[in-house]
Amino acid sequence: MIWNHLTYSGWGRALAVTGDIARPERISALRALPAAPAIGNRRSYGDACINGAGPVIDMTRLDRLLSFDEDTGVLEAEAGVTLGEITRLMAPRGWLLPVLPGTGFATLGGAIAMDVHGKNHHNAGSFGQHVSAIRLMQKGKARQITAKSAPTQMRATIGGLGQTGVIVSARVQMIPVSGETMQVRESRVTGWDEHIALLDASEATYTVGWLDAGARGAALGRGIVEEGEIGPDPARPPRSPHTVPLTAPHWALSKPIVRAFNALYYRRVPAAGRTVTKRLEDYFFPLDKIHDWNRLYGKRGFHQFQCVVPPDKAPALHAMLSRIAESGLASPLAVLKRLGPGRGGMMSFPMEGYTLAVDFPNRARARDLIASLEGDVSEAGGRLYLAKDALAAPDTIRAMYPEHADWAAAAAKADPDGALETDMTRRLALRRT
Amino acid sequence: MQHTWVILGATSAMARAFARALSEQGHALILAGRDMDDLKTLAADCTLRGASDARALRFDAREAKHDAPIFDALEQAEGTLNAAVFIGSMPEQARIDDNPLLLQGVMQDNFTGPARFLHAFAPMIEARGGGTIVGVGSVAGDRGRVGNYAYGASKSAFHTYLAGLRNRLGRAGGHVITVKPGFVDSAMTWGIKGMFLVAAPATVARDILRAVNKRRNVIYTPGFWRLIMLIIRTIPEPIFKKLSI
Ligand SMILES: Cc1cc2nc3c(=O)[nH]c(=O)nc-3n(C[C@H](O)[C@H](O)[C@H](O)COP(=O)(O)OP(=O)(O)OC[C@H]3O[C@@H](n4cnc5c(N)ncnc54)[C@H](O)[C@@H]3O)c2cc1C
Ligand SMILES: NC(=O)c1ccc[n+]([C@@H]2O[C@H](COP(=O)([O-])OP(=O)(O)OC[C@H]3O[C@@H](n4cnc5c(N)ncnc54)[C@H](OP(=O)(O)O)[C@@H]3O)[C@@H](O)[C@H]2O)c1
Repeated sequence: MIWNHLTYSGWGRALAVTGDIARPERISALRALPAAPAIGNRRSYGDACINGAGPVIDMTRLDRLLSFDEDTGVLEAEAGVTLGEITRLMAPRGWLLPVLPGTGFATLGGAIAMDVHGKNHHNAGSFGQHVSAIRLMQKGKARQITAKSAPTQMRATIGGLGQTGVIVSARVQMIPVSGETMQVRESRVTGWDEHIALLDASEATYTVGWLDAGARGAALGRGIVEEGEIGPDPARPPRSPHTVPLTAPHWALSKPIVRAFNALYYRRVPAAGRTVTKRLEDYFFPLDKIHDWNRLYGKRGFHQFQCVVPPDKAPALHAMLSRIAESGLASPLAVLKRLGPGRGGMMSFPMEGYTLAVDFPNRARARDLIASLEGDVSEAGGRLYLAKDALAAPDTIRAMYPEHADWAAAAAKADPDGALETDMTRRLALRRT
Repeated sequence: MQHTWVILGATSAMARAFARALSEQGHALILAGRDMDDLKTLAADCTLRGASDARALRFDAREAKHDAPIFDALEQAEGTLNAAVFIGSMPEQARIDDNPLLLQGVMQDNFTGPARFLHAFAPMIEARGGGTIVGVGSVAGDRGRVGNYAYGASKSAFHTYLAGLRNRLGRAGGHVITVKPGFVDSAMTWGIKGMFLVAAPATVARDILRAVNKRRNVIYTPGFWRLIMLIIRTIPEPIFKKLSI
């Protein structure tokens, strides 16, 4: 059958809808479908990948590698292939995707439509900046677009939440790498200032800070900074993944457990720091080894709050983190990173500054806190990440995305009937021109 | 060692997963079926995953006239020749009840078409003194059930054919594996109500590959279906005929 009637949600599981999903296994089947938003592996947290008012097209079975040019390093693949699969297949041959998000389950289409960033954003920019061509399907017809042939469409499609059409396949510039492992320097940082200072000073290719979102007072911002370089050692065979079998009871992440977990993570690294060798996948996709870990948050699901603030607004971020810590509502690990200015599209998230990502079990108090944090982000001239958001209001988001009007116009041109709208675009009135 | 595998019905999700696993071992593939565009895309994918050769050729279970180029290609291939059949079609039983003429197509797709190919292929295995045939049947072929017995009958016929072929080719160093999948998450089952314990195509492919390496005769995949079908087959007919499972 073409349609499967299912209840589905984003990764956070806080918002769910029931509706028709088509999952074409070949291009002819995709072409025969009515216009509808495309979705990937639903690794965005909120409502970008759900549609409660119509059908969606699951792209995960259109997942073939189409061509690879050894001379230029350009890979062409169908949109449903996961970035993890590309890594698994190409790294042994000496090629890596230039940008990798924290999960290998993200699809190529999803990575483009959210213009994802990685731990090397400060050097490499965002994913979309390395995409040289996109095959876009609009009303059953596919055509190739490039930055030269259709600059506006290209910038509206990268980070464009699927609103300009279905990304069928794309070309990405891979980077040559000398090995299949990551040499990771792990350093303990005892508090906020030290954390920020180390992120600023780091000259590593890949840099990320993990922080203990429960630590308060002088310990606020304590954590571990990881600096990674790709190394020459041959990869060790992967360990088989674990699966979280059932939805956990809500005490699974209760406060003492969270605190103990955080302390453990922090203490794991000796005070003097250490250097470890990791498989590329273990480094880039640390949580993928535990399948369906989002079920740990129980039936009500969870929210991730991720924002970026300009470089001179680090103190505002410090104040936000301090409120998060005081609340005691946050989950084990939070992430702090420096972002560079690189962005590929009109609605791309990245901007130069610091980004903070924190998970919260879905409770009324957490939602209230997130709402007030959003106000702080606006005030600081920062921005919320649509791949994570499930709660923001239309006006907040518009103000954060200065190119929104141009994007909405391009989306309206590509999809005048609004057939590609998702719950997110409706909630945030993003398609209103 | 590198072999040549011809995969009939290569556009099926299970076949895709199986072809990919073979590609990573460097085998040469002939990807056969009706949707040439899709087969060419798969051939590109398999080549990039390490297949020493991958080409798309037409095969239609209902029309013998396209068979020759596949046999030509096989003749020219070096080393052991192997075949895997994933072709199948499962119109709703109610549609067949309305139009019994559909039975012919069901038999062609699930049994006579594949058998026609395998019957011409068997002498090649005998001539080369080795090679494996994988035939994908179904748990539905183990017992006729009210909801699905036309499809079940065609699969049952295919199972019987494969058993005989195994008996024949075993004498010449060849081997035949009957694969009986339970519910698999593919285009065939997408949107059908009442599916349970649905397996990923990659799980089925992995089980088939293991069976090839171990020269198993009949496998159920996932393995627990062996037990489920044992129970279903043991229910006495006077009781079974009243059930609608
Ligand atoms: C554990 C974890 C870690 C993460 N780490 C990072 C990180 O470090 N950096 C980062 O940037 N993000 C990160 N993310 C977010 C994730 O990378 C993005 O949400 C990404 O878009 C998910 O890809 P997907 O294929 O699952 O897309 P989905 O979530 O299914 O869809 C996302 C959006 O893309 C659109 N879309 C998907 N496929 C297509 C297509 N073929 N054509 C047109 N539109 C399409 C959808 O309509 C939707 O708007 C993380 C997520 C998780 C769960
Ligand atoms: N899915 C299940 O739960 C399940 C369970 C038990 C057994 N099986 C069996 O597993 C096999 C693979 O099926 P699937 O689940 O992967 O579904 P599928 O995607 O529908 O695969 C069926 C395949 O058969 C091909 N085919 C149908 N009629 C044909 C014909 N006349 N000539 C040539 N090819 C023809 C199709 O090719 P086209 O691309 O040309 O249409 C397609 O490749 C089938 O034999 C099926 O009966 C499936």
